[in-house]
Amino acid sequence: MAMASPFKCDAGISRYLQLKAPHVEGFELVNDENETPRDLLAKAKVLVIGAGGLGCEILKNLAMSGFNDIHVIDMDTIDLSNLNRQFLFRKDDVGKPKAEVAAAFIKRRSPHVSITPHFKRIQEMSEEFYLDFTIIICGLDSIEARRWINALICGLVEEHGFKGFKPIIDGGTEGLRGNARVILPSVNACLDCGLDLYSKKATYPICTIANTPRLPEHCIEWASVLEWPRLFPDKKLDGDDPDHINWVVEKASARAATFNIPGINYSLAQGVVKNIIPAIASTNAIVAAACTNEALKVVTTCNPYLDNYMFYSGLDGVYMFSFPYARNPDCLVCGKREGSLSLPATATLDELITALKESPVFQLKAPTISHGETNLYFQNPKALEALTRPNLVKSIGDLFESGSTLTVTDPTLTTSLSVSVDFS
Amino acid sequence: MLNLWKNKAAEEKRLKTVVSPSRIRLQKDQSELVPDTTVTVEFPNVSDITKFHVVYRPPGGMYHGGQFRFSFEVSDNYPHSPPKVLCVQKIYHPNIDTAGHVCLNILREDWKPVLNIQSIIFGLQMLFMDPNPEDPLNKDAAQNMIHDLAGFKQNVSTSMRGGNVKGAAYECVLIPPPPPPPASKGPRC
Repeated sequence: MAMASPFKCDAGISRYLQLKAPHVEGFELVNDENETPRDLLAKAKVLVIGAGGLGCEILKNLAMSGFNDIHVIDMDTIDLSNLNRQFLFRKDDVGKPKAEVAAAFIKRRSPHVSITPHFKRIQEMSEEFYLDFTIIICGLDSIEARRWINALICGLVEEHGFKGFKPIIDGGTEGLRGNARVILPSVNACLDCGLDLYSKKATYPICTIANTPRLPEHCIEWASVLEWPRLFPDKKLDGDDPDHINWVVEKASARAATFNIPGINYSLAQGVVKNIIPAIASTNAIVAAACTNEALKVVTTCNPYLDNYMFYSGLDGVYMFSFPYARNPDCLVCGKREGSLSLPATATLDELITALKESPVFQLKAPTISHGETNLYFQNPKALEALTRPNLVKSIGDLFESGSTLTVTDPTLTTSLSVSVDFS
Repeated sequence: MLNLWKNKAAEEKRLKTVVSPSRIRLQKDQSELVPDTTVTVEFPNVSDITKFHVVYRPPGGMYHGGQFRFSFEVSDNYPHSPPKVLCVQKIYHPNIDTAGHVCLNILREDWKPVLNIQSIIFGLQMLFMDPNPEDPLNKDAAQNMIHDLAGFKQNVSTSMRGGNVKGAAYECVLIPPPPPPPASKGPRC
């Protein structure tokens, strides 16, 4: 097969990338480095996190929009139940890594695109790995993974400045509803700023589960939350193990029968155990399309991009709107107050605490201090206070390096304070 | 996107460690616990603040004289998800089953990220000062409390001493008496 030239089939997109200024003949939009939108698109290196329902759509859209260098990371393998909507996968692919199969499919259809799969957890990759990308697009189904990547990427800006500035385009769907957002770390609201937006896992009162079940879900939770740990205290219930789920179905059905509750089956049991959110193929398509277009605009600057949150609901007719989600000044990730202190290396930790209390800038009341995962001084509870008290008389030069950033919490602060300490 | 960045002040090179938001929040929660003589917080592994025990000694009520130990486990998703809390002793209580599950609404369905470790400790204290047999987890204990309060109190006291209640053995949770003062040697002058 002949190699297609990178821009052969993107006539539609190039119109937008080659916009000329309306009143100036022969002028093409360029940035400070003399790069046109097409140059920016050609050199953009994009990371797609997740090769599931959203990921398949995003990868397809990116390859068809002129992106040349795409990486995809996913820790999952293909399950039979994915095939209805994750269209890069076929029945023969069941059990294979999603990232690898998706990349191979895209490569077959768009040979000019360089696509690199990573069959890994996002937590396994180094900071250098993430630093290498122009933009990151997330098609994730878990809040944990979103929060992890958000904290890391927000940290990159703090540490590396513009070199570490990686816009995140985040998509999410739940049945007939979905959202897309453009996160510019340290500029607009990050993911943790809007943590309250996420619906939490459906949970039921444990006494209802134990004594007065009314729903099939109550019986499934009884089997998975109460019975499993009681009978197999050393084995974790695995929602992907058919033997485990069949056991849950059997136990839950028996219980449901005594309470006259109909409706227990394998897929409901697995759905409750794994907290599966129903996925609808076209909602994924809508959200992934919005994500890819925003990525294109952010990368090439060809048109203004979403500011910064788009919501789609097809639950009751169609309702869509977008609005600038405000930064949360108390956000644990990007709302940290920052400050710096200069003290001699021989100063004690106690003197540092006094400085934080007496300094007109900080005016703290009872600071608790840690450095990374190391607890330096805790005001409470007693056990941690007693354990960290010996640090008070140690010199700070023995506790951390000059230029270190300490995490300080205090009753006067709604969030934390990052204090970088330089040895004078 | 570039210009937007350039408007920001030039940043300095700093040594930075990324600390997870859940750990920062937990540090704040822990260090601002209200000192309370009826509560002790213990750390089996002191370098890990995400796993700890809360020991509560009710100052009155039916469970007075006992000390009740709960294990707390805080995940990376805190405070979006609540900590996992279990009673590590086998006790006789309408809202705590013999496997240690605790029926407290804010531990499951009513958890909100604005709640914190202190709120859960308040919740646990309330369960001991005012057990709620209307929302039972240990149904036998709840029925017992509703229909025969005096007998229930007796059973609580038996179970707390490590005795048998209705054929089931319970763990002794009584606060050990303070060690006797060292006996004085020889006659005082």
